[in-house]
Amino acid sequence: MVKEKIIAMLAEATDTDASEITLETKFADLGIDSLDMTEMAMDLEDEFGIEFTPSPELNTVGKLIEAVEKLAAEA
Amino acid sequence: MRRVVVTGMGTVDPIGNSVTEFRDALFAGKNGIGIITRFDVSEYRHKVAGEVKNFDAAERFGKPFARKTDLFTLYALAAAEEAMQQSGIAGTLDGERLGVCFGSGIGGIETLMQDHQNLLEKGERKVSPHFVPKIIYNIAAGNIAIAHKAFGPCTAVSTACATGTTAIGEGYRTIAHGYADAMICGGSEAAITPLCVAGFGNCQALSDSNDPETACTPFDKRRSGFVMAEGAGALVLEEYEHAVARGAQILAEIVGYSATCDAYHVTAPDPEAKQVARAFAEALPEGTDLAKVYVNAHGTSTPLNDKTETIGLKRAFGAGAAKLHISSTKSMTGHMLGATGAVEAIACVLALQNNTVPPTIHYSEPDPELDLDYTPNTAVQTELDVALSSNLGFGGHNAVIAFRKV
Repeated sequence: MVKEKIIAMLAEATDTDASEITLETKFADLGIDSLDMTEMAMDLEDEFGIEFTPSPELNTVGKLIEAVEKLAAEA
Repeated sequence: MRRVVVTGMGTVDPIGNSVTEFRDALFAGKNGIGIITRFDVSEYRHKVAGEVKNFDAAERFGKPFARKTDLFTLYALAAAEEAMQQSGIAGTLDGERLGVCFGSGIGGIETLMQDHQNLLEKGERKVSPHFVPKIIYNIAAGNIAIAHKAFGPCTAVSTACATGTTAIGEGYRTIAHGYADAMICGGSEAAITPLCVAGFGNCQALSDSNDPETACTPFDKRRSGFVMAEGAGALVLEEYEHAVARGAQILAEIVGYSATCDAYHVTAPDPEAKQVARAFAEALPEGTDLAKVYVNAHGTSTPLNDKTETIGLKRAFGAGAAKLHISSTKSMTGHMLGATGAVEAIACVLALQNNTVPPTIHYSEPDPELDLDYTPNTAVQTELDVALSSNLGFGGHNAVIAFRKV
């Protein structure tokens, strides 16, 4: 659920085909910088009812999904 | 002082999304003013504007970039790209010798309104991280530098409605004094928003008429205010010897620039127009035959501007002012605020290239006080030597630039 949603959001935000986005995909390779990531965090907060501040360590799609899943489970 | 020439031009404006489209519309006297489509104006007193048409930012720049960039910057990038393409200068000089001087009168006002609404309705955490870099008025210049790898001086100027003219003039000086060999200069604006229409309306600057055919009537007795418009204009300025050495097509030379200030009132022009006159007189090279001069006037269609600008021309050139070929192309485009000087600079170069004076359209009732040749309604073919572009802004800024055939 979280995974599908995040990949769909990334595909939309970067105009990329969702099938090209994997857990190993780096945000830098999608052209997503720290400002883009902060903007996406706002959408993730609305979507999953969480409070989320992204950090530079979350540099791949898989790491982001993991972090959001953890927060969503606690929410 | 080194000589400076124009080698590239680009525009997105209410009558054309390229220089070719703009030129054809300009000489045909096409009206770009219509009822505002950007937002519902049914409850607004002022309902007309000169909007850019058929500009698909997502298609041009890709959705992700278009989303995080304000429209005023997207217009600027489109104009700069066209100007750079035409100049063919890319790759012919060290990027450290290529600079940018590009302004906006207002900046990213649409984004400002949106994020302010987010703040009020949803709180601090929902103000976009792109908010600040989207709205600051220098960001068009910054983005143009990124797009064209211009590592030289990169500045933004803001002199309200004189912005585009000031940007070109300051860019000209940057090259003339040796700080760069080429500059991408101009201005952009995208401020047809509820806030700006209400604000300009309440400051009694906008036309009383909501008829697109009578709202903007520069130098006409019926004139009652300006019509807001949007768009961008960009020029590639280049040091003359550099342009000649690479075999560039030289479109015109900049032979004069003057910047003065009324220092009189924030919005009203000095009725004596002394500093407007000085700007005109300083910009025009000595010895120019006034009968071969085109003046692209500020000509906003406000009662005060058109009167004081006429007084300024007479004060500068005396009886010779009657020989000048004057027009206000704002009669077609509306007033593009910070972009207007840049787009009108292009109109000046096109006038010289084609020996054609673009008309002041919507002209039907002469004002006895305004008795110069404003080129009513139809373009005039005549031998031209110099074209002056004049723009005067809130704050008392007066800027006049002179172009000559090479």
